[in-house]
Amino acid sequence: MALLQISEPGQSAAPHQHNLAAGIDLGTTNSLVATVRSGLAETLPDNEGHHLLPSIVHYAKDAAPQVGYAAKAQANIDPLNTIASVKRLMGRGLKDVKTTGTRLPYDFVENEDQGMPMIRTVVGDRSPVQISADILNTLKQRAEKTLGGELTGVVITVPAYFDEAQRQATKDAATLAGLNVLRLLNEPTAAAVAYGLDKSAEGVHAIYDLGGGTFDISILRLQRGVFEVMATAGNSALGGDDFDRAIAQWIMQQAGIADDAEHSHIRELLDIARTAKETLSTNESAPLEIRLEEGSVWQGELSNDQFNQLIDPLIQKTIAPCRRTLRDAGLSTDDINEVVMVGGSTRMPRVREKIGDFFKRTPHVDIDPDKVVAIGAAIQADILAGNKPDDDMLLLDVIPLSLGIETMGGLVEKIIPRNTTIPVARGQDFTTFKDGQTAMAIHVVQGERELVMDCRSLARFELRGIPPMVAGAGRIRVSYQVDADGLLSVSAKEETSGVHSQITVKPSYGLQDNEIERMLKESLEYAEEDVATRTLREQQVEADRVINALRAALKADGQVLLKQHEFLEINTALEDLLKVEQGNDADAIKNAIERINDVTQEFAARRMDASIHQAMKGHRLNDFAENE
Amino acid sequence: MALSLTEKAANHVQKTITNRGKGIGLRLGVKTSGCSGMAYVMEFADKVDEQDQIFESQGIKIFVDPKSLIYIDGTELDYVREGLNEGFQFNNPNTKNSCGCGESFNV
Repeated sequence: MALLQISEPGQSAAPHQHNLAAGIDLGTTNSLVATVRSGLAETLPDNEGHHLLPSIVHYAKDAAPQVGYAAKAQANIDPLNTIASVKRLMGRGLKDVKTTGTRLPYDFVENEDQGMPMIRTVVGDRSPVQISADILNTLKQRAEKTLGGELTGVVITVPAYFDEAQRQATKDAATLAGLNVLRLLNEPTAAAVAYGLDKSAEGVHAIYDLGGGTFDISILRLQRGVFEVMATAGNSALGGDDFDRAIAQWIMQQAGIADDAEHSHIRELLDIARTAKETLSTNESAPLEIRLEEGSVWQGELSNDQFNQLIDPLIQKTIAPCRRTLRDAGLSTDDINEVVMVGGSTRMPRVREKIGDFFKRTPHVDIDPDKVVAIGAAIQADILAGNKPDDDMLLLDVIPLSLGIETMGGLVEKIIPRNTTIPVARGQDFTTFKDGQTAMAIHVVQGERELVMDCRSLARFELRGIPPMVAGAGRIRVSYQVDADGLLSVSAKEETSGVHSQITVKPSYGLQDNEIERMLKESLEYAEEDVATRTLREQQVEADRVINALRAALKADGQVLLKQHEFLEINTALEDLLKVEQGNDADAIKNAIERINDVTQEFAARRMDASIHQAMKGHRLNDFAENE
Repeated sequence: MALSLTEKAANHVQKTITNRGKGIGLRLGVKTSGCSGMAYVMEFADKVDEQDQIFESQGIKIFVDPKSLIYIDGTELDYVREGLNEGFQFNNPNTKNSCGCGESFNV
């Protein structure tokens, strides 16, 4: 007998046509799967009632891999075949991996030309993608058993920090596990959705996510029910694991355990450290008991004060990115309405206290910080699978290729990077390049390459009526807005005069999946070439600017302020720059510019003196004093 | 005759409506589809339709259109757990046979 769930009005599915969807939080330490049933999003437990699935896989000969608690139990017994925190290795090279932690207790296959780090286990070499797929597969089976059918699709969350390679690795793992990925969703966005921030009043919110292995801080602005990601920052290698390590190291010092202890022993210490950390969330102190290798036992105690001393430097490491995102978003802590805490590590009272102090408000902790991301993903998955009426349709979609603007030298300045969720609005200030410039051509392009000629041209328009000013004085705000349907509108406004102009385009029009893929591939293939070209073009643009400025200065003051031989020297340097400017040698242009800077220093100083002199002429000293 | 809910079903309906933040009750009905003729419809009710028959059971209002009522009159709605899966079950006295999965039925 099939069991039914309540649907939204008019959304009842035909029999056997349910769109079963789930949200998956593929975490460093723990993973979860959640789904929406009868309008209620909840995480799904396993047979024993555990919601969390430890992201640990144990491989044994001639047996299916064990995942979760069963694997965790093997960690101390068979450490080399028990892989934890594999998310840290996703999409990373072996070299990156070596810098993330000196004591990753696995046997890496030493093969430098292999892009992906491979771990040697009894069942052969396993890649992080394969290991993640084993975790995803376990969650998939749990969801399908619970929902009584095959999953139509899933939303998997990734840290906002994940780069292209890491996102692709996550997708590959899902494909390997036989999952259809509806979307990868940034974890902070999922948390915001879980808290229903999209339904609340307008405001600016900070999402502080300190998980097992990653830290993210995101500033989201909510306007008319629409999110704008104002800024994000973080540290993809900082989390609860590091707190455990700090405690474990302290224990090793106290108990006199050598740094080169056995893998299994270190693992045991980390477990003890983690237990102590969890105990201290509710208690004043935590007892410690360590089995030493000689068979004796060391006993000690970790007090709350000592614990705070150990972890404060780590918490401090999260404050700097918080400050940076605020600065990026042009905000102060007073502008933040709500602070949302995500990730198991935010259960530590010290973290809540410190972050509360920094943002000057009590953070939100209502939803279980371990589950909040999975719940948000489930809500999003439910919508994407088509189980909601259209007017409830969210918000979040992503831009397949970056949207940018042409700047001097045929270069592309990216305004909205690819994979940004839409709707989105981003703006950037530009300035005039020449003295008395009254118009600006705006060329909207899409693509990942550095040069306009290698990207897709979407639209061109002009901003006219800029009042004549010296180069660099104009302030032109160019804003890109992409609405929920993927429609892009670009507007440009000169701030001092208020003149503005705008245009609407549909960026993804005519772009097929394979074309997007080709453009992405090219951007990687030509990455080095692009960087070199960019450097050259940048030097050429800089040269142009210097030439223009110098010519104007020479014309105005050259005769008055310079002696004959000085004038000639500067002129020679100018001629030299003109000669190399159109060449292909970025270094030569750079040197020529530097040479001009050197020989014109005295000239610039004299011009400054002259203009100050000019400004002060006819005033008495008292005039200036009174003004202060 | 009438429609009714078990206490467990009523509790779950109340919980989901509260969580959803709106809704005046539960709408039950049938539609013609599925592998064995009819399929149950179970939705949140946001408004009353003109011909609606309204029942109340365990404090929950149940709305049903008269045509559907013929097929499900006397049904008791239960909320059950089967292993990891849980959900609503129609105990419908009118059912002659249903398809293997029970999602559709015949009267």
